[in-house]
Amino acid sequence: MLLDSGADATMPAEILPFQLTIGSRFENIELVQAVLSDALSAYDLDDESRHWIDLAVREAVANAIKHGNRLEADKRVEIDLELTGQELVIRVRDEGEGFDPERIMDPLAPENRLRPNGRGIFYMQKFMDEIGYDFRPGRGTELTLRKRLGTRPEGAGSSGEH
Amino acid sequence: MRVNVRQREGVTILDLKGKITIGVGDVALRDAIHEALSAGAMKILVNLEDVSTIDSSGVGELVSSYTTVTNRGGKLRLLNLPPKVADILQITQLITVFDVYEDEDEAIRSF
Repeated sequence: MLLDSGADATMPAEILPFQLTIGSRFENIELVQAVLSDALSAYDLDDESRHWIDLAVREAVANAIKHGNRLEADKRVEIDLELTGQELVIRVRDEGEGFDPERIMDPLAPENRLRPNGRGIFYMQKFMDEIGYDFRPGRGTELTLRKRLGTRPEGAGSSGEH
Repeated sequence: MRVNVRQREGVTILDLKGKITIGVGDVALRDAIHEALSAGAMKILVNLEDVSTIDSSGVGELVSSYTTVTNRGGKLRLLNLPPKVADILQITQLITVFDVYEDEDEAIRSF
């Protein structure tokens, strides 16, 4: 028997908050993506928005593993997600020593254009509404990603707004 | 990510399938490029048609592949960018760095 979720496809359903702790291995990013995908599936998001949120979280967790925890597999990365009102809030914490945001390069500068790295934070900024860092001395870095949901692409809805 | 390597009219074509992401896909791309160069390839066409996701590491690896091949006197071109991959390259103003084609025959003739 097929189980019906009971949700009207046009009505945003509840996004259940989650907390997830992983070891610092890149393959665990796929685990985070699966859990994130499951959480977001409750919400009537368009494919495009979902893809970019997935990618921003992918970048955040990859940074925590590589630059925060420096690939030390026994160091943990904690990810939690909640929906407050219409805003999706995702926090990613590592056990690293933090970094100086002033030293983040501009990937659009001509001298940086062909560098192999340095685009992750830029992509996160592009795909989310807001990103913020909290450096916690001795306790790692917490990155917060915020994205307002509920705004359908133009022409996709029938709300009558103009 | 899977990489299938084909030869056509002197051009080495890499058909990529899956995710070019940190730790797996980016490494597979790097290995495929190095193997092609080791085999003497100077004309490399990277077909991205079946790439579902690319992250900043994957983009970095595409850039590295481009500079590595170019520095050795070879040519690397891209074929069939899915819209999301094109967006990612556009955002970081890399779309103009690469020669991008939508037709394999045309891409082959361009070398």
